[in-house]
Amino acid sequence: MSALLEMRHITKTFPGVKALDDVSISVRDGEIHAICGENGAGKSTLMKVLSGVYPHGSYDGDIIYAGEPASFASIRDSEDRGIIIIHQELALVPLLTIAENIFLGNERATRGVINWPETFRETETLLAKVGLRETPGTRVDSLGVGKQQLVEIAKALSKNVRLLILDEPTAALSESDSQALLDLLLELKAQGVTSIIISHKLNEVRRVADSVTVIRDGATISTIDARGGDLTEDRIVRDMVGRSMENRFPDRDRHAGELVFELKDWNVWHPEQRERQMIRDLSMNVRAGEVVGIAGLMGAGRTELAMSIFGRSYGRNISGEVRMNGQPVDVSTVDRAIKAGLAYVTEDRKTLGLILEETIRRNTILANLGAVSNRGVVDEGRETEVAEKYRKAMRIRTPSVFQKVMNLSGGNQQKVVLSKWLFTNPELLVLDEPTRGIDVGAKYEIYNIINDLSREGKAVIMISSEMPELLGMCDRIYVMNQGSFVGELTAEEASHEAIMSLIVRE
Amino acid sequence: MTQTDSAQNGIGIGAYIAKHIREYGLLFALIAIMAFFQIVTGGVLLRPVNITNLFLQNSYIIIMALGMLLVIVGGNIDLSVGSVMGFIGALAAVMIVTWKLPVGVAIIVCLICGAAIGAAQGYFIAYWKIPSFIVTLSGMLVFRGLSLWLLAGQSIGPFPQSFQALSNGFIPDLFMVGRPNILAMAVGVVTVLVLVWLGLRTRARNARYGIEDEPMGLFVLRNAIIAAALLFVTWKLAWFRGLPNVLLSMVILTVIYVFITERTTIGRRVYAVGGNAKAAKLSGIRTERLTFLTFVNMGVLAALAGMIFAARLNTATPKAGFAVELDVIAAVFIGGASMAGGSGKIVGAVVGAFIMGVMNNGMSILGIGIDYQQVIKGLVLLAAVFFDVYNKNKEA
Repeated sequence: MSALLEMRHITKTFPGVKALDDVSISVRDGEIHAICGENGAGKSTLMKVLSGVYPHGSYDGDIIYAGEPASFASIRDSEDRGIIIIHQELALVPLLTIAENIFLGNERATRGVINWPETFRETETLLAKVGLRETPGTRVDSLGVGKQQLVEIAKALSKNVRLLILDEPTAALSESDSQALLDLLLELKAQGVTSIIISHKLNEVRRVADSVTVIRDGATISTIDARGGDLTEDRIVRDMVGRSMENRFPDRDRHAGELVFELKDWNVWHPEQRERQMIRDLSMNVRAGEVVGIAGLMGAGRTELAMSIFGRSYGRNISGEVRMNGQPVDVSTVDRAIKAGLAYVTEDRKTLGLILEETIRRNTILANLGAVSNRGVVDEGRETEVAEKYRKAMRIRTPSVFQKVMNLSGGNQQKVVLSKWLFTNPELLVLDEPTRGIDVGAKYEIYNIINDLSREGKAVIMISSEMPELLGMCDRIYVMNQGSFVGELTAEEASHEAIMSLIVRE
Repeated sequence: MTQTDSAQNGIGIGAYIAKHIREYGLLFALIAIMAFFQIVTGGVLLRPVNITNLFLQNSYIIIMALGMLLVIVGGNIDLSVGSVMGFIGALAAVMIVTWKLPVGVAIIVCLICGAAIGAAQGYFIAYWKIPSFIVTLSGMLVFRGLSLWLLAGQSIGPFPQSFQALSNGFIPDLFMVGRPNILAMAVGVVTVLVLVWLGLRTRARNARYGIEDEPMGLFVLRNAIIAAALLFVTWKLAWFRGLPNVLLSMVILTVIYVFITERTTIGRRVYAVGGNAKAAKLSGIRTERLTFLTFVNMGVLAALAGMIFAARLNTATPKAGFAVELDVIAAVFIGGASMAGGSGKIVGAVVGAFIMGVMNNGMSILGIGIDYQQVIKGLVLLAAVFFDVYNKNKEA
């Protein structure tokens, strides 16, 4: 097979930073090519160079596409040649229908008048191709993330895609949706579509990729060919972080103490659909120094459970009892929950966890402003000291605590969120997907922080869709399905199979 | 990407200005606009009587801009302030002139009434999540109508001297000289000294915590300009009738609101709510209550502005406050606040209001028609916001 795309010696500098330094990558026609690298390694920049977001001339190096040199001036240019990017954050208009979204900007129309029958017919064909059983007139906001992803791919197909680029396509998908998506990629490959996927999920990379390029610090580290047989997760991780990672999870000694947190007979109803019960008669407990996992598929109700406990931030008609250290506590509003010793690190740090326009310092003290102020007047010196303390303790990589958090990488942002909650001095920390979208190295650091916390005697609840993470970190795992716990496993009993069988047995 | 290294300490003056172009730009814009009108009006702009007029004419806009900044930082907007201002002016006239209520009582009732109006609008916005644009648009119509009803379409006046003093009064010269007014000059000198002292104290604190600060040369230059301007203004005022009461209340209010927005927890929380309401709520901040309070505050300030305006005209008219909300909102945006909420400064809003005020005043002196005045003000607002967006894009 010949190369469909070759990017040679690409160098891209921003003021003060060399984002890409002599990166080369070669993608064979008809393969699935994975690009791996830590956050900030330069993957997205490389794709922006390829798609014309950074136009020809703003970078050094050559792009050879389909046998001839390419000089894209805009996304439009690259799309015309069949290069389509699907970004991590989906670019669909939620209030429009599937058909309208697919042909947005590319309408089936004569002189500005849309030909609806043709639009719908073509949409049906495309939906059949991607295996999405929905009617073209369905509004996109009524679809789950997995299905929306398929709509994006259908949209790409409508533009006669030759090279499909997917940036973290499965980051927000459940296990089964991810599998379906990967199957679709393999199917498209059989039909001659070449794909580039950027992914942190190495098991998925191993499953579908024909070759892998690893990028670190803006430079190509290696290209691994799956046919050569040395495509192992360990190899990729080693190249990504620049050192061998024997163990992806730090060792932890288990030392459960007194009962800290108890939840009894918790019931929660859906905020809008009054008949729908989201959490049913659920009880759980966590001891001091214990890390307790909650496993479950997407939609099992894990985030809903956490948010309903944390100041009734989700749901209605909430009933049940929360006890801290044996005493019933009031968690009916967020500030009361914080006072009771709870902290909730949200799943979505950008929209729920941080004020992106604000500095690290302001974000760090946000949940406990009272502690750095006297009678309502903020002591900026104290504020700075606190932020500095956490910057050092968490090893947040930044020139200063006066940086806006939107300039930080995902891992460092997550550390800011953790700082914010640790500063409230909680007894129980609920971590919802604490390592989502974070690179391998930063994940390891977050795991270390969690272990430190449990050593200090904090109780930790960890909600995660990444099974290995739960298995590697937790002392005990509750398995959740459809709003109830369907099982409870100790670290010794827990395994991928044991958890999945509990879920599917229901 | 790794972060750019521009945030390191010890950068040059040029680089520092480039980074804070918005704040310096605003100051320079005000100076440039004043210089321009000073020249084209042949020196009328900065005559003592006109400087006094500038303060009297714009006081109500500046006072409302203080409240509007908080509303806008909190991620909302208030279109009703012009109508509320007119309504409260009418209410004051009815109480004082028609019903002969004591002035003190009337003022207190008016302020409470303003708070109640703010609370009513804030209630629907904060607790029922109705967009502030809609709630205050309806408020705008309601209170415009109510002031017409209250005044029965007539103007009511004149007010007793004690009420007029709200706006037209001057602080007597304690040193009994009269002209020049020694008190006014003393206040000018003391204010300059306090500002410099506060500035130096902040610098010392920033240095202690390693916070990036403006280069010393720039600090001296900026303070010299501000000090010169303040001394110049107080000198001029001293040669007319001294310090207007309204200037004093304006300055005191500005200082209070700077303190609230920059140093208090409640101020911080308003910025947090505007920056990301969901994250703020999940951090234990009672976002609804804060939004509610920003509107109550706005209502009180609109009431105060309404009384000052009525006192200045010495009559309450059905047209009072008409379209004033637009000047107030424009002042806040010229001052650098973001429509999306979460950013903006009190000082910016006040300077923004002055820019609008100087332009109004200067163009009126020149005899430019109200038609062209509107066009020019509109373009200045667009230019200011364009400048903001342009700089932001360049940063990114």
